[in-house]
Amino acid sequence: MPEMTYRDAINLALKEEMRRDPSIVVLGEDVALYEGSFKVTRGLLAEFGEERVKDTPISENTIIGVSVGAAMGGLRPVAELMTVNFALLAMDQIVNHMAKIRSMFGGQTYLPITVRAPGGGGSQLAAQHSQSLETYFMHCPGIYVAMPATPADAKGLLKSCIRDNNPVMFLEHELLYNSKGEVPEDPEFLVPLGKAAVMREGKDLTIVAYSRMSVLALQAAAELEKDGISCEVVDLRTLNPLDTETFIASARRTGRAVVVEECWRTAGLGSDIAFRIHEACFDTLLAPVRRVSGLDVPMPYSRKLEKLCIPQVETITAAVKEVLSEKY
Amino acid sequence: MDSKLRAILPDQELLKLYQQMVLSREFEESCAEQYTKGHITGFLHLYSGQEAVAVGATAGLHKDDYILSAYREHAQAIVRGADPKRVMAELFGKATGICKGKGGSMHLFDPGLSFMGGYAIVGGQFPIAVGLAFAAKYRKEDRISACFFGDGAVNQGTFHEGLNWARLWNLPVLFVCENNFYGIGTEVHRSSALADIHKRACGYDIPAVRIDGMDVMAVYEAVKWGVDWVRENSRPYLIEAMTYRFRGHSMADPGKYRSAAEVELWKARDPIVGFAKRLADERIATGEQLEVIREKAAAIVQEAVKFAEESPWPEDDEVYKDIYV
Ligand SMILES: Cc1ncc(C[n+]2csc(CCOP(=O)(O)OP(=O)(O)O)c2C)c(N)n1
Ligand SMILES: [Mg+2]
Repeated sequence: MPEMTYRDAINLALKEEMRRDPSIVVLGEDVALYEGSFKVTRGLLAEFGEERVKDTPISENTIIGVSVGAAMGGLRPVAELMTVNFALLAMDQIVNHMAKIRSMFGGQTYLPITVRAPGGGGSQLAAQHSQSLETYFMHCPGIYVAMPATPADAKGLLKSCIRDNNPVMFLEHELLYNSKGEVPEDPEFLVPLGKAAVMREGKDLTIVAYSRMSVLALQAAAELEKDGISCEVVDLRTLNPLDTETFIASARRTGRAVVVEECWRTAGLGSDIAFRIHEACFDTLLAPVRRVSGLDVPMPYSRKLEKLCIPQVETITAAVKEVLSEKY
Repeated sequence: MDSKLRAILPDQELLKLYQQMVLSREFEESCAEQYTKGHITGFLHLYSGQEAVAVGATAGLHKDDYILSAYREHAQAIVRGADPKRVMAELFGKATGICKGKGGSMHLFDPGLSFMGGYAIVGGQFPIAVGLAFAAKYRKEDRISACFFGDGAVNQGTFHEGLNWARLWNLPVLFVCENNFYGIGTEVHRSSALADIHKRACGYDIPAVRIDGMDVMAVYEAVKWGVDWVRENSRPYLIEAMTYRFRGHSMADPGKYRSAAEVELWKARDPIVGFAKRLADERIATGEQLEVIREKAAAIVQEAVKFAEESPWPEDDEVYKDIYV
């Protein structure tokens, strides 16, 4: 299997799918001539031409709305929002339209749309460019949410999202673009939506995470192993559909769990995951589930302060040790 | 005397326009009654007074052209061909409704008729109409996208983003503003710095025209011309139809912000009464013939109400259906 970056894996998925299906169009700000602000759409314009790879005005709400209309009209749009922060300007089309149309029109249409959006913190981009908004989308019925952690998943999940007939928010992590991993070459390699991955098996405690937090969780697990602690790491891969079975089965086995989320702690998705574990495993849990979350603050610019706001390997290992020290 | 109307359309077509306007009015007035009885619940926005716009415009569009509208869209759906029975059942929230009772008054939809929806977020339909036009152009289909909206919707960002985008990509979109002078209780001069809405299209290099929206033939001719122009040039065009709603914004609105004199002035220009007079004056139909058309329309609406009343409620397990594919 060839090694490639998360960025190239996404790029390859786009190309493979566009070669396969002429109804796929890619649209977004600076995706064509400029090849994407994170260079994820490199080479697309050259290969597929301006009919299918389209630069748009800086009109986020309309980027999504045009995708909705195009999907209703028989296309399979892949829209790029330059970063997920700008999705907030498109929330009307995402939440009031894209998520509602199939249901409120009685199932008479469907919207095969993939909305790609890079996001997350850690690049000293300050308050308006560092957000982790996954809970916003996960909260809303009618749209799927995918958040790959590895290059292989990025490729396989994106291909599944594009082929899926439901609208999907495909949230990429900006700090993962240069991460490398093995990626299957098979153009039919797909990662199904709604199937979490057990990235590492362990017996003492389950860490549930997603996107970059799963990568940190793996690093934390490797550290903890040196102290003789065996962690299982469950990477959710998609937040909706949510594979509750996999993390609940894991927590049942280990009896302990830590949930890691990059988003703000208050009403963050980690509270939902933690609750589901408590609800399903109350009788077998050896300690309460703990959450490691982003701090409840607008992201500060300074590198020193920013680091405090985002879960780190050390905060995860500390949380794991605390849970293991608790006895009930 | 030469008939001016016959020079535009044959008798049958003229009478069809009349029939559609009358059916729309009968339908809306019946909705008001059913709302008072508690059979229709939620928001209910009626179209009485504006019929010439939906009827004239639909006649000017081709059968496969997409139509999108806001929440005051019963007439638009029915004139396009939606079964009044299933529209009424939708308003009653019944399983036989056009959207299985899941959309209600504001969200009628029938892709088989290229009727691509009623939208209740003011201005929400602009980008979707542009996207449908893009898909049609991409797939080399002979269809345009007609986007209806109110005078209130033009102050949404989506109006400006949508017009800019449609012109930038040269997409076949016909924008039709139904300027009824009010967005709920706010008169257009109190919401728009430039209340001549057609002039705003200038800013996006889109040609536009203002027409009399109380005259079904004026609407028909303007839309037909616009549809041809949009098709030929694959470019957007905007029509501002000046019209008036005879009732409040919704059933919850007593309409205290309009003077009785103003309402009476516009009622004197009732598009149905005016067209009936022209049909009779030009000897296209007698008063009795027109009355028969009205009675038939009333019967269709009665039947629709009966159908809606007798239809079953949706099964409970419908609640989780139709959300994901
Ligand atoms: C985004 C949004 N803001 C506010 C409303 C509440 N609202 C419903 S209709 C309406 C007035 C719209 O007026 P106009 O576009 O002129 O249409 P009309 O009702 O006259 O047909 C308002 C403010 C809404 N539905 N959506
Ligand atoms: Mg209005």
